[in-house]
Amino acid sequence: MPGLEDLYREIILDHYRAPRNRGELPVPPAHRVEGFNPLCGDEVILYLELDDGVVTDVRTAGQGCSISQASTSMMSAAVKGRSVSEARRIIDAFLALMHTHETHLEGTPDSATGNGDGSAADDVRLGDLAALQGVVKFPVRIKCATLAWYTLLQGFDEAGA
Amino acid sequence: MSAATLDVARIQADFPILKRQVHGKRLVYLDSASSSQKPIQVLDAMDRVYRESYANVHRGVYTIAEETTAAYEAARGKVAKLLGAASAKEIVFTKNITEAINLVAYSWARANLRAGDAIVVTEMEHHANVVPWHILAAERGVELRWIPLTPDYQLDTTKLDDLLDGAKLLAVTAASNVLGTINDLRQLADAAHAAGARVLVDGAQAVPHFPVDVQAWDADFVGFTAHKMLGPSGIGGLWARPELLEEMPPFLGGGEMIREVTKEGFLPNEVPWKFEAGTMPIAEAIGLGAAVDYLSALGLDAVRAHEKSLTKYALDRLTDRFGDRLRIDGPRDIEVRGGTISMVLEGIHAHDVAQVVDEEGVCVRASHHCAKPLMRVLEVPATVRASLYVYNDEADVDALVEALSKAEQFFAI
Repeated sequence: MPGLEDLYREIILDHYRAPRNRGELPVPPAHRVEGFNPLCGDEVILYLELDDGVVTDVRTAGQGCSISQASTSMMSAAVKGRSVSEARRIIDAFLALMHTHETHLEGTPDSATGNGDGSAADDVRLGDLAALQGVVKFPVRIKCATLAWYTLLQGFDEAGA
Repeated sequence: MSAATLDVARIQADFPILKRQVHGKRLVYLDSASSSQKPIQVLDAMDRVYRESYANVHRGVYTIAEETTAAYEAARGKVAKLLGAASAKEIVFTKNITEAINLVAYSWARANLRAGDAIVVTEMEHHANVVPWHILAAERGVELRWIPLTPDYQLDTTKLDDLLDGAKLLAVTAASNVLGTINDLRQLADAAHAAGARVLVDGAQAVPHFPVDVQAWDADFVGFTAHKMLGPSGIGGLWARPELLEEMPPFLGGGEMIREVTKEGFLPNEVPWKFEAGTMPIAEAIGLGAAVDYLSALGLDAVRAHEKSLTKYALDRLTDRFGDRLRIDGPRDIEVRGGTISMVLEGIHAHDVAQVVDEEGVCVRASHHCAKPLMRVLEVPATVRASLYVYNDEADVDALVEALSKAEQFFAI
């Protein structure tokens, strides 16, 4: 049975206690996008500054559990300064990780990085984000971890980026 | 009134699930406001139906069909007695309380409300007693008005007469599924009737926990649900005044709810079967009957006394341990509240608290509790809710307090 240490890795607690890129950006020029998890009432607000296909700045607001807040913080750090296309590949890789069933994680070692289905996850290095992998063992919490990422996708789509 | 109290150890022995462990710890079930556990007497009653005399009800002339029909109708009679109804015919079985309220919304309300009418609800309603009225309001141009809360989590009735002016319905919960608050229904019903409004009561958190008398409340409609009162999921119902049930049009059409069907139309069945279309949850209704027997044997006065004393113990222990670090959203006066305790542990999200306490075998709900308008009033996204019932004791409260301490340590900054 998975234990708390699988879910609440130290790096997650660090991002939860000291979230990166908290704040707001003036709109416009920044784009503002909101995401909600109706199950638990978690809320993520992203401010995205996009310049010539690059995510030049990200700020985050909202409230939620440690998993949603840490994931939001880690996401902001992972995509800030990247091109939108790079950021989209990171999103794909992260969501593939979150939707890899637990049995696959434990069964075949290379499926954890998405190698099994040849997805965009193949050559993306998730780095610290891999710490969120333990969330998969707690299915109810997957939505907490993915909220910010779907919200970022929505933000890109709304901005036409 | 008897000073009877509950023999909790003996009650616990009736609930097989309480013998199991979670994460190597004793299961401490503190989520009965969401759904209660079931005693062996209910499980056996349902098992017996399927093994010994199962058949559809009100259809067959053979022996086992007669037996099942008798058991199904006996359950209706037990519920009627529990609620203080004048007759079993005042009880309509539905899937749950949500369906009971929707029945009133689709049948009675659509026949009686039109544009410009108002429905009064309260800030402490469950979505089941909000969304059906939102749907009706949008469809018919009906106005929804809200009774606010006082600072001590009770209904603020200072402007009740204004809110009820021109209203056709007051839809109110008997007890809050978040705050624990028990409302003074007679006062509300008197005010509503004086204004010409009908009164619908959500009894989900009342019927399982204290003596209910629909006639003393002077209500017009009362919904109840079995799964929160030791019975199975899939069965609940509506009590309504017989004259209202008579005049209300059918809700769902189909088998059993008719007296006659021709190519040209149909004649509805008698009350209450007019509202019971299709094959009903038969074993579940019989299980509900067994749950009513179980609760009646305990005595609802004794259940209430037990919950009051355990709630006081829990509030005292939580306050002693956590002080200002734990906010309790609900009245402090145990005379006006039940054993549903909503908490916000400073700086820790409800989901995280629930995850850590689960590790200790403690089941609590972390959620908006299907009461989002209330969460906005409380200015929190979610709370941790522990709810007490007949099988809970001081050891369960102690386990909760220790588990909450672990959560606090785990997330300490």
